[in-house]
Amino acid sequence: MTTMTMAEAIRQTLRREMQRDARVILLGEDIGVYGGAFGVTRGLLEEFGPDRVRNTPISEMSFTGVAIGAALAGLRPIVEIMFMDFITLVMDPLVNWAAKLHYVTERHCPLVVRTPAGGGRGYGPTHSQSFEAWFLQVPGLWIAVPSAPADAVGLLRTAIRGKNPVLFVEHKRLYGITGEVAVAGPAIPFGRARRVRRGRDLTMVAWSRMVVEAMAAADRLSAEGLEAEVLDLRTLTPLDLESVVESVRRTHRLLIVDEGVRRGGVAADLAAQVGEAVFEYLDAPIRRVTAPDIPIPAVPILERAALPDADRIAREALRWVREFS
Amino acid sequence: MSFWLECYRRMWLIRRFEEKVESLFARGALHGTTHTAIGQEAVAVGACAALGPRDVVLSTHRGHGHLIARGGDPNRMMAELFGRATGYSRGRGGSQMMANPAIGFWGSNGITGGGLPVAVGAALAFRLRGERRVALCFFGDGAANQGMFHESLNMAALWKLPVVFICENNGYAMSTPVTMASAVPAIALRAAAYGIPGETVDGNDVRAVRDAVAAACDHARRGQGPTLLECRTYRFSGHSRGDPRRYRTREEETAWRRNDPLRRCRAFLRQEGILDEERDRVIRREAAQRVAEAVRFARRSPWPDPASLETGVFA
Repeated sequence: MTTMTMAEAIRQTLRREMQRDARVILLGEDIGVYGGAFGVTRGLLEEFGPDRVRNTPISEMSFTGVAIGAALAGLRPIVEIMFMDFITLVMDPLVNWAAKLHYVTERHCPLVVRTPAGGGRGYGPTHSQSFEAWFLQVPGLWIAVPSAPADAVGLLRTAIRGKNPVLFVEHKRLYGITGEVAVAGPAIPFGRARRVRRGRDLTMVAWSRMVVEAMAAADRLSAEGLEAEVLDLRTLTPLDLESVVESVRRTHRLLIVDEGVRRGGVAADLAAQVGEAVFEYLDAPIRRVTAPDIPIPAVPILERAALPDADRIAREALRWVREFS
Repeated sequence: MSFWLECYRRMWLIRRFEEKVESLFARGALHGTTHTAIGQEAVAVGACAALGPRDVVLSTHRGHGHLIARGGDPNRMMAELFGRATGYSRGRGGSQMMANPAIGFWGSNGITGGGLPVAVGAALAFRLRGERRVALCFFGDGAANQGMFHESLNMAALWKLPVVFICENNGYAMSTPVTMASAVPAIALRAAAYGIPGETVDGNDVRAVRDAVAAACDHARRGQGPTLLECRTYRFSGHSRGDPRRYRTREEETAWRRNDPLRRCRAFLRQEGILDEERDRVIRREAAQRVAEAVRFARRSPWPDPASLETGVFA
């Protein structure tokens, strides 16, 4: 085990997978000498050369299509979309090609699309968004949303070695967090949530960076005498509904923290599914803490107000628990 | 010389297949929608005749002809149109999503221009593995206005990849004439922007298409990069079923009918003494019989099992 940042953990996983499998190639904007906008691929060009670390023109839609073609031809391409906001440009090849291939034509499309998401760095309305909810509507596409370096390693390994297209969401404010990592450790199967904290009074579900905020909120709630169980979904498709339901059966309360906007969100979908499954176990309406339905503003005073954080989660949780107890 | 006779045979198979598809739709025997390529047979057959068995083809929403030209099985194609379990996509894809990688046919595609980057990606993989294979992508004059067209040509040219881009310019993107959609209607000229060869080809002359594609393949296999071929042709049929063709004149259609690719191929074969009246009749009859057999196969085939609905979303 080594302590490293999330960015380093992802880099070392890419490196290791490229060393063990010559079919793994990288494609993306400025991933070569520059090492990608967040430095994740730094050093890989020098080690693997320009054929396998392919710096592309600014043509997101088509280089993602290129990766699909390469995957069909037997390679294992990993695409980097510099900001998740630019995933809008990639919707067609992902939705209408990659995700449908197996269902319709029984072909494998081992493609990983890595992309930094999320706000909190003042990058403004077009460089701060969390769009993972859109992809819940795309059957055939896996979605990984790690919150910790060790999970990033295990999930990325599963993604790269798999047979399906995977959207791999990396929160840009998680790149710098550190954790214990075994780079040669086991792959983590998709569809298994991780219980980050045990608790009896309420269940908090989060993913990606919101796990960090949920954990900080749980500490504050503990000081108020409320013990929150915190679950990290780790993948949104497949969804580990079973673990959420199991937890809610014990705590009788569910609060979901989602950095994305409120309507049509991952939290909305999860709330509906849990409500359908275990309504009779709930002591309170399912609660969502999300961004409001607005573009993410650039200036910190507004951006902070838009994105859920530990303070807001704890405040809303307390009010809600008291209201329904 | 039997080479051209075989091309002629295959063009008739496409013609009869598409005519049958249209009549089945007209009678309500087929469900959904379809796009037929009557009149464009020479592009499909000429292009595929220039390919080797390990090359791959990316097709369009108007892809039946491409699949037949590549050696597709009319039974499985017709079964797909009938939505049967024996169809290429077991009824899941329909007219616009059939594939058979075993014969190097990587799929028709309902998204205009969607095959372009996929062909570039296939070619990239061939190059990285040092294989002398070519990826050929059909697309229409409409797709030439998609961003993917420009992005894909740029990347293929930049990386000198073995791609043959074949624009089937049939004059219309659905109802919109190419002159109303393209500032410069000569699609082949766009090759200059990417520093690659671009050529306008008589798309109703199967030999011209075959020769141009063969040269483009040689160029690609020598590591010299992609070629853009604009094959000028015409679809005699409407865009899709139920198209009254209000956007063009009957005179224009009649003029193109005189330029029918089958008629031109037959004239050449007769002139060369390869084809006589009797043999011509046999070829047409056999094409019709083959299609009738495909219909019988499709009708006899089972429906997909509704219990299988949610299977296979993931590999």
